[in-house]
Amino acid sequence: MRYLPKSPADRTEMLDAIGVPSIESLFETIPAEYRLTEDLKIPRQHSESEVLDRFRAFAANIASGDPEELAKQPASKLFASFLGAGAYRHYRPVIIDSLVQRGEFLTSYTPYQPEIAQGTLQAMFEFQTMICELTGMEIANASMYDGSTGAAEAVMMAVRVTGRNAAVVARTVHPEYREVLHTATQHQGIPASEVGYDAATGRVDLAALDAAIGEDTACVLIQSPNFFGTIEDVAAIAKIAHAKGALLIVSIAEAVSLGIVKAPVEADIVSLEAQSFGVAVGYGGPYCGVIACKEKFLRQMPGRLVGETKDKNGKRGFVLTLSTREQHIRREKATSNICTNQALVALMTTIFLVVYGKQGLRELAEQNLAKAAYLRGVLKAAGASTKFEGTPSFHEFVVTSAETASALNERLLGKQIVGGLDLAKWYPELGESATLWCATELTTKAQMDAAADVVKARA
Amino acid sequence: MSYPEKYKYAKSHEWLEIDGTTGTVGITDYAQSSLGDIVFVELPKVGQQVEAGSTFGSVESVKAVSDLYAPASGTVTEINEALNSAPETINTAANETWLIKLTLTGSDTSALLSAADYEKFVAEETGH
Repeated sequence: MRYLPKSPADRTEMLDAIGVPSIESLFETIPAEYRLTEDLKIPRQHSESEVLDRFRAFAANIASGDPEELAKQPASKLFASFLGAGAYRHYRPVIIDSLVQRGEFLTSYTPYQPEIAQGTLQAMFEFQTMICELTGMEIANASMYDGSTGAAEAVMMAVRVTGRNAAVVARTVHPEYREVLHTATQHQGIPASEVGYDAATGRVDLAALDAAIGEDTACVLIQSPNFFGTIEDVAAIAKIAHAKGALLIVSIAEAVSLGIVKAPVEADIVSLEAQSFGVAVGYGGPYCGVIACKEKFLRQMPGRLVGETKDKNGKRGFVLTLSTREQHIRREKATSNICTNQALVALMTTIFLVVYGKQGLRELAEQNLAKAAYLRGVLKAAGASTKFEGTPSFHEFVVTSAETASALNERLLGKQIVGGLDLAKWYPELGESATLWCATELTTKAQMDAAADVVKARA
Repeated sequence: MSYPEKYKYAKSHEWLEIDGTTGTVGITDYAQSSLGDIVFVELPKVGQQVEAGSTFGSVESVKAVSDLYAPASGTVTEINEALNSAPETINTAANETWLIKLTLTGSDTSALLSAADYEKFVAEETGH
């Protein structure tokens, strides 16, 4: 396609045709005080090579999670990161990027004329199948935008299924997932109340949960492993929710945990963030959410599914199915306003799962568990305390120490270490020193020892 | 296309058979043929009140999901459970396949069309 910008003469002709004197007058409906009257203060244009140099310089000075990039950097430039909280650094096999960049996948990333993109449909079908195997659910959709919107969609789905209109949400669900949920539900007449956690275990307060569920409660939304990294008692929570006729939605922000944590089979709906399966952490996206559930809720599930069928010659083929309830077909009566999916990112996670396999995923999860246990040990030996001790957890945990979170993180940063996430903003009751630490298979022993040394220096 | 004379017809393409205070509702032959292969029917619960002109369920074909509108007001006394496993019966026998039975609550059904008028209405709507 040729790109031909409009000439001043073209513009004059167009303005004359609609009877408007100038382009500026098209904006007259915006009050004058909100209109910019000067040029934007942006620097002059840069050449391609200048831009590349600039970004290479940035790249050399950030906390890179990519071990290959790290290996190229001088030691003085390396940062270690102990951040998790919904964005997890895991190794990405190189085959992922090689395959997703193939034109056959890249150009049909969201199939508008789906049946001619059989390869993409087959990959999505395999994605759905593996998500079902991992979550213990009967069906899965072809993906959602991310874990947070997936959780919100799951709540709205539960409202449609039950005919009830309220939600009970655990405070141990990722705070930003809860913000997204409130954004989605506030104008839909779906009140979402929150239920706290047990101060000793860091898990949902079961008595408070039981009391919070009323006759209008459509669902209970929990996260496991939860935001503090501890694993919720899904079976006990399911029992409480089901006894009162509410559905249980389990949100999973760290998909790698499924390699070792029991699948939430007691749930009615599972909302998974699949970023950990081979998707890079990068300024919040693109990520890959997915909803899986019991088959009886099929027609209330948002988004689309890929189904297996036979063509006219009796050969196996794939189709986009159930999009009859999507917005581009059913307008205001659609199950959701999503009418796409994260096909290319879902493909990344599919390739990741195929590369690792069942045994590989288990070994990966075990490595994460072992690294977190080591980190916990050295931080405690250095004088810090860990909260919710004794509760089963995966690779994240809450740390407190004698100094404030910001003071500790400042000192860590001085040693090229990005410390744990400061929790005061969301959980002020945990005190000013509480931080959330994460160790993955990419976290090295040297990094953990170095962090412990910094903690010890103050203690 | 056939439209039995014993039924009354709504412009939203449902038929209603009235027997005393009992009303039986289905969709017309024209409706099933426009929808194409029907794969799922969503029906109300027994005991639910439905109002003339309001939706009481939906019918899903491979092409679209369409709402079902009640041709008369009443209380649902029975739903056709057989449609859960065999929704395609509507395609093969729309006039004989009922969706719900109602106890009619005295609503005015005079706005409904006779078979002949409905056939005319469909002809006008489709332009042939």
